[in-house]
Amino acid sequence: MSTVDPLTSAASSVGQLPALLIMVPLLAAPVCVLLRRELLAWVLALIASATSTVVAWQVFMHVGEHGPIRYAIGGWAAPTGIEYYIDTLNATMLLLVSGLSSIVLYFARESISGSIGQDRHYLFYAAWLLCLTGLLGIAITGDAFNVFVFLEISSLATYMLIAFGDDRRALVASFRYLVLGSVGASFILIGIGFLYAATGTLNMVDLAQRIPDAESERAVLVAFSFLTIGLMIKAAIFPLHAWLADAYHRAPIAVTAFLAGTATKVSLYVLLRFFYSIFGADYSFGTVFLNGILLPAAVCGFTVMSLVAVFQTDLRRMLAFSSVAQIGFIVAGVALATEAGLSAGIVHIINHALVKATLFMAVGCILYRVGHVHKPSLDELYRRMPFTCTAFALAGLGLIGVPLSAGFVSKFQLIDALFERELWLVVVLVLVSSLLSFAYIGRTVEIMLFRKGRAAPSATSTGVEHGHIDGINEAPLGLLLPLYAMLTIMIWVGLNGDLTLGVALDASRDLLQGMRPLGAGAGS
Amino acid sequence: MMQSITGLYNYWAVIILMMAGLYILIARYNLIKKMIGLGVFQTSIFFLYITLGKVSGGTAPILTDTVPAGQLAAATGATAPEVVYSNPLPHVLILTAIVVGVATSAVALALAIRIYEAYGTIEDDEIRHIDLGDIDS
Repeated sequence: MSTVDPLTSAASSVGQLPALLIMVPLLAAPVCVLLRRELLAWVLALIASATSTVVAWQVFMHVGEHGPIRYAIGGWAAPTGIEYYIDTLNATMLLLVSGLSSIVLYFARESISGSIGQDRHYLFYAAWLLCLTGLLGIAITGDAFNVFVFLEISSLATYMLIAFGDDRRALVASFRYLVLGSVGASFILIGIGFLYAATGTLNMVDLAQRIPDAESERAVLVAFSFLTIGLMIKAAIFPLHAWLADAYHRAPIAVTAFLAGTATKVSLYVLLRFFYSIFGADYSFGTVFLNGILLPAAVCGFTVMSLVAVFQTDLRRMLAFSSVAQIGFIVAGVALATEAGLSAGIVHIINHALVKATLFMAVGCILYRVGHVHKPSLDELYRRMPFTCTAFALAGLGLIGVPLSAGFVSKFQLIDALFERELWLVVVLVLVSSLLSFAYIGRTVEIMLFRKGRAAPSATSTGVEHGHIDGINEAPLGLLLPLYAMLTIMIWVGLNGDLTLGVALDASRDLLQGMRPLGAGAGS
Repeated sequence: MMQSITGLYNYWAVIILMMAGLYILIARYNLIKKMIGLGVFQTSIFFLYITLGKVSGGTAPILTDTVPAGQLAAATGATAPEVVYSNPLPHVLILTAIVVGVATSAVALALAIRIYEAYGTIEDDEIRHIDLGDIDS
């Protein structure tokens, strides 16, 4: 990272890295618009995203060795200025978001080449970079109001990205998401306003210190309620997930792969940050008994949504509903408010992000070649696109949670945590939901592998013998390469479950302690 | 009772605006009207923040030449009636939120135009009807 050298101060070894992480994609976005050339914009976006990933990796390693970083923006110390606060949890989120963005962005170019006019590609990449900036910003910041600002940056860019979908229904999906998303963000804004009224600060560390002695308990409670509803909309937690299915279905598939892995996950991170670090586990899950809402919502979410997913005929829609179900697993872990439950939630955030991004990318490959992803008509696709179908099946195993796959670690940890709290019914429902996911993934794989074309009349010429998929080849390398890169990471994470679980346990320990001021603030 | 109505009238205005905005947002099918509802809803939040920043009797947070605050405090002791300032921070925050609101409206209106071009209508129920009529893909 030679670009950092002139700014690296002697005071701390991270230097200006946290700022760089946000500034690189933020500044690259307008440059993308100025470049206008499709290839140049893509290369620039890719470089910016990859730079963020490298920086995020360095920050992650630094946090692992030296503990949390507090970075004062522009040298203005915490209460006056905005600071970035990075501990194990958000260092992981930063790495996840930037890494996913880099791989899926590589995938995006080939993937959108057919559906979006060449002259609009630079706008697509600019919106992508802004979305990345927003998501990274939400994850890195230690200032409550800053969360709202970055949330809106990412949301506005997301609405644009969804509207790039080639179907006119993408516009409607984008508009509906905009309305719901804005309401959610506004609720978060109200919540932050009440927090400020109750404590007189916006800095997360200060907030955590002052909330217990806040003058008006009611203001804190109001803030808590508004934040809960707002974040539940943004994270698409079960009863408030209405925007998700249409948005994921209609958006360009590369966008879906990116959003499915990052957008809801980052919102879940904010939820963790507010409920655990700022309000504190004792308040959120003791005084106001948040589990009373979150746990039933999560359980209904993963049961009902898995069932709904079984009956979807469009693969994108099936995976979208499956996403809501998986968010239910995460929330179920989080709502237990124990170290085991929390770490299950966090590890599932990581695993599910990787699994779902891989699955959507595989679907993107099918969409690119076949032109649709109507599940019942994908018969014998394996013969035509063996690599894509293999990737889909392997990622599907990860989603189901087969041993040695990514999903297994988190589901095992979740069930372990549920045993600890003796919630037997929930354990049963987790298993039922896993069986349902086996049903919808298994059905798809079965159609791809074995089923003969049912619509194709067998007695006619050889051209019709294979039905509509005749003449379809394997997806191009520009799609397969990133797909397999993601798959490799997913499998590696699955095989080294101890590593991610270790990180998640660290993060949950940090969270359960709440935020605390560090000795000397790092940064400039 | 009277005091909670008249003394806190700002907050009542916030609540009324917020509910009106949310109601328009939910009850109207016209996309532009939905945007108006969202605008009213967001404006109520701006109003809330500005109310939070107001200190009774406070002026704008600008240093006054006539009464140098430090001198006055030194002359009359720590409890001297200094110039009272309103809290400027909520105003600054809400400037940011207003910009965000404008951007949201701009994106939404642009989408509404595109929807009108694609569907020939901006009524949500008609759009739903048209979509249902399409062959499901």
